[in-house]
Formats: sequence, structure tokens, C-alpha cells
Amino acid sequence: MSRTTRLSSSLLRVAALSGVAALTLTACGSGSGSGSSSSGSGEVKVGLITKTDTNPFFVKMKEGAEKAAKENGAQLSTAAGKFDGDNAGQVTAIENMVAAGVKGILITPSDSKAIVPAIEKARAKGVLVIALDTPTDPESAVDALFATDNLKAGELIGEYAKAAMKGKTAKIAALDLAPGVSVGVQRHNGFLKGFGATDKDVACAQDTGGDQAKGQTAMENCLQKEPDINVVYTINEPAALGAYTALKAKGREKDVLIVSVDGGCTGTQAVKDGKIAATSQQYPLKMAAEGVKAVVAYAKDGKKASGYTDTGVTLISDKAQDGVTSKDTAYGLENCWG
Amino acid sequence: MTATTTPPGTSSPYAELKAPTTARRLLTAPTTGPLVALLLACAFFSFSTEQFLTGGNFSLIVQQVMVVGTLAIGQTLIILTAGIDLSCGAVMAFGSIVIAKMAAEGSLPPLAAIALGLVVCGGFGLLNGLLVQKIPLPPFIVTLGMLNVAFALTHIYSEEQTVTNLPGPLTALGETFPLGHTDITYGSLVTIALFLLLAYSLSNTGWGRHVYALGNSQEAARLNGIRTSRLTIGIYTVAGLLYGIAALLLISRTGVGDPQAGQTDNLDSITAVVLGGTSLFGGRGSVLGTFIGVLIVGVFRNGLQLMGVASIYQTLITGVLVILAVTVDQLSRKKAR
Repeated sequence: MSRTTRLSSSLLRVAALSGVAALTLTACGSGSGSGSSSSGSGEVKVGLITKTDTNPFFVKMKEGAEKAAKENGAQLSTAAGKFDGDNAGQVTAIENMVAAGVKGILITPSDSKAIVPAIEKARAKGVLVIALDTPTDPESAVDALFATDNLKAGELIGEYAKAAMKGKTAKIAALDLAPGVSVGVQRHNGFLKGFGATDKDVACAQDTGGDQAKGQTAMENCLQKEPDINVVYTINEPAALGAYTALKAKGREKDVLIVSVDGGCTGTQAVKDGKIAATSQQYPLKMAAEGVKAVVAYAKDGKKASGYTDTGVTLISDKAQDGVTSKDTAYGLENCWG
Repeated sequence: MTATTTPPGTSSPYAELKAPTTARRLLTAPTTGPLVALLLACAFFSFSTEQFLTGGNFSLIVQQVMVVGTLAIGQTLIILTAGIDLSCGAVMAFGSIVIAKMAAEGSLPPLAAIALGLVVCGGFGLLNGLLVQKIPLPPFIVTLGMLNVAFALTHIYSEEQTVTNLPGPLTALGETFPLGHTDITYGSLVTIALFLLLAYSLSNTGWGRHVYALGNSQEAARLNGIRTSRLTIGIYTVAGLLYGIAALLLISRTGVGDPQAGQTDNLDSITAVVLGGTSLFGGRGSVLGTFIGVLIVGVFRNGLQLMGVASIYQTLITGVLVILAVTVDQLSRKKAR
């Protein structure tokens, strides 16, 4: 009795495990088929490592890379950290891609400093490493950087806000990213520069992590502190929409100017709907496409891309201001990502 | 090997009476299923990509799992007592920041900084153990609280800054030595040595038998004269010390002190333990199973990357495997009754 049950339970266990293992293996086999072309001789292998798999910005980046890879006869493999800030996950991805024999790696570093040793090891093995969107610290740790000029992105909305205020006294709230992250710092400083203000003029500054719910909480708290805030700078559109929700709850959404950076499709639509006054649109698809092309070129003639390439930024608004160049949301929605 | 995979407390009384054949013992060992899964995965990846089956690649996989693997040893000990530790990754992150910052800023000589990191992590373990045992509180809640405490302390102490320019001794375990044509990381050896040491202690010492007895029934263990209170606190402390070693391995692997590190390592270590056939209900399982568990995760991540499959599929497959592993555990517990 006991003998049979024990034996059958163990047999069941082995059978079940091997069965599902085989099943999952078949599943991932087909996954590779649909994802990227299986290894053919002579195809240049390119790796793309993003901060996360889930953020639309990086999803779009992946699309751009996939398209460029197809056009240029390259084979793309992708990886991502589990969360924004997952350095160990990105290190593992670099190692595995080098082991897979990639010619170049495109990476949006989650931690600008912590990723550097792993990048150096990959470069020592002759792999071209290009940072997309976010620079490494130091910037020279990678061969090249393809990114938005985040200072300029901030400046554009700063200038816009200044013009839109038409000389009224501004009470500024800044919904920032997180301490010490270069992208956030540059946009923040760019906004102040464009507006002609300093940090002393910011009535309320809060970190949001670029998250909509945290953006809403931050705005609610800012309104508690300074009820007559009339200009809101936000790190990205989710934070801006969070701020809008908080302002609407207080009936203030009409008389407060919200400006933002990103140009995602949801965000651009929010500009069209009048929730956000203006946004600086950036182009992740282009960053990735240019990156893939650079790796293919390196594989062909051994020439490495170097230095910083500005992938461009456009101010999007339906209420154009005198003296500030902008495009309308029709253009913005045509070129938006996510 | 066979002895370690059938620890006391896992076999039914009938099995004790009849001497089981070697074949049956192997089949009923909790590590058999995971081992079969691992071998199948390896076989599959060997056929799918030519870069997989090389010494260098296997060395790389072991190196990639050494941090979570070392955490998972501590996690296994705690889960064997029917507890759980959600704080392991955060405690490790705090330990690594203490070691990195103390040494990089020159407040302490490198070796003293490492020792301090171990003491700090061991202290967190001791505190967990005391709260679980003395008040007593459920391990889930205690370690959930400790997760937040350690996470916050990490960010306060590091001021959100990554610590770079570490002195040599901190990254020594990340160095490699050639074995034939393969470069082996010293840290991998440390992890493997820890697995063997704990596997031996669990299966061949009185302490190990007491751990299993405690996991099966704390009351029965106490009535049998085991000092369960001291034992529990000791297990949490040993786990903390292991997290300290993991902290050093983490530093040596990435070459920096990173305040963002370890945020998913608590769940990753539990995943490894469960994949390795250890029961979340306590008293059943082994650290060698956990080693197989971390290797399964590492092999899938590496193999899929070599094949060019996006990383999200690795997460998907890990999820399926975990559910499968606990299902198998539950079914075999029912059948065994």
C-alpha cells in the first residue's frame, strides 16, 4: 500500500516536472521564432538592454531596434532589468550577450555609475557599447551616447511657460524624478533656465519617480503647502496627469499651467485635451534605430561610433506662444511613442 | 549524496522499516524532480545554441547565481523551520553599502569593513530571530518590517549614491583563475563551498536533525528535549551571516556598492528554494535542492538570452515552474499520508 503510493507519487512528480519542462521549452522555442530570426551565419548580433520591459518608452525603443535590425540584416536580442534601478540584472544581461557573441550592445543604464565596470569588461572584449537615453557616469565609459538633450527639453518648456504667463507672478511647483538621477536633474535645471528662474523661486519641489499616483500625491501635498501655485513643471507626462487629477479635485485645473517632457502618445493626447499646456517630445525609436545602424556599421568596417548624438526634441502645444517655436498636437500624435 | 537528499523527517515510517533500494531512494528524493528539470533544460539549450555547452558559459552561469544562491542557503534554513525571510535582499544591500562605504571612505581597513558588514547582517538575522521567537511574531510580518527598515537604512546611509573606487580586497572574490581553458570566479567557489558545508551540517549533524525536527513540529521537537528557542534564533542569525557573505559577493561581482541592489532578491531566493523541492510548510527539503533551484533560474536566463529570446519569457517560465514545483510538493505530501 504505502509502497505503491510512494512510488507512484514520486513517479508522478518526475513525470509532471519533465512534462512541463518539455512544454515550457517548446514554448520558448516558438517564442524565439517569432521574436527574432534564429542565428544565421554572417548576421550581425546586436543586444539591446533597457531599464525595464514594461515602460512604453522602452517598448517603443525595442520596436525601433527591431525594425532597424530587420532592415539592416542584423539579429537583435533584448533584455531588461526587473525594475528601474536593477543594476545586477543589467550586468547579467551584458555578460550573457557577450557570451552570445554580440558585436555591439545598446543600453539604457539603470544606474549610471554601477553599470560601468560591466561595460568596461564588455568593451575589453571588443564589443561596441552605446548608451541610449541615459548617459553613464563618467560619460566616457561607453563608446557613444545617443540621447535626447534633456537640458534643452527642459529649456523649451521653461521658455514656453514664461511666455504663457505673460508677465504674471509665477508660483512654481516642480514634480521631479528622484535625487541624483541625471535625466531628472537636467530637465529640472533646463526648465529653470528657460523660465529665467532659480531654485529659490520654486515654491514646492517633490520627487515622483515619474509615477502618476506619486505625482498626484506630490501635487496634493504641494497645494496644501502653497495653495496659489500656478505653474507646474513635471518630469514626465504620467507625473503631469497625476498633478492634473490633484488640481481638478481642487477645481484649479483651468488656471494652473502644467508643462512636461516626453511626448508619449497618452501625454500628447493630454496636451490636445488641454490637460497639459505643452510638452517636449523625445524620440526613443530613433535612438534605438541609430544605435543598431551604428553596430552594423562597426561590424562592416570596424569603425566605432563615438561621442554624443542628439536625437532631437520638439516642443508640442496647441496654444502657440509668440517667440517660442512649437508644433501642434497633430504633428505630436503622428510622431509620438507608446 | 544520496544520504543528503533523504534527510531525517522526510521519509515515512514504512520506508524506515524496509530498506529502500537505491533506485527508489533516488526517485523519492525531493531533489530528483528539480534535477531532471535542470538536465532537460541543459539538454535543450545545448541543442539550440552552440555557445551554451562550454566551460566558460557554465562558469558564467554559476557566477551569475552566486549572490542569490548564497541568500537562498539562508532562506532554505529558515523555510525548513516553516518560516520565511522577506528581508534577505534588503539586509544584503545594507551590508554591501556598509562594507563599500566604510572601506571606500577609508573609515576602516578593507578587511575590518568586511567583518563589520558580516556583523551587521548577522545582527539583523539575530533581531529577526528574537522577534520571531521571543515575542513571538509571525516570520512573514517580522521580516516584512525588517525589509523596510533595512531598505530605508540603506538609502539613508548611502545618501542614494552608488559607492565606487573600492579597494582591492573588496572585489577580490570577483577575480578569476584559469582552470584548463575556463576562467573560474573565486566567489563561485565560496558559494559552492557554503552549499556543501550547509548540506553536510543538515544531513550529518545533530544540529541538522534538530532543524528538520523543528520544521516538522516545534511542539514535538520541544517535548523531545530540543531547545527550540535557541535553535530558531541561531538559524536566523546564521542566515543573516550568510546574507553578509552574499553582500561581499555582490560587491565583488558588480565592483560597486549599489543602494538599489537586491530589491527582488527576497522573492528570487524563495523561488530558488521552492524550485529546489523544499516545502514551504517546513521540515522537508535540502540546500542541494536549492542549489539546483538557483541553477534552473540561471540556466533559463542564460540559455534564453543566448537564443535571443526576450527576458520577459524567462520571467514567464520561472513563474510556471514555481507553481509546478509547489503543486508537486503539495500532491506528494497528500499521497505520502
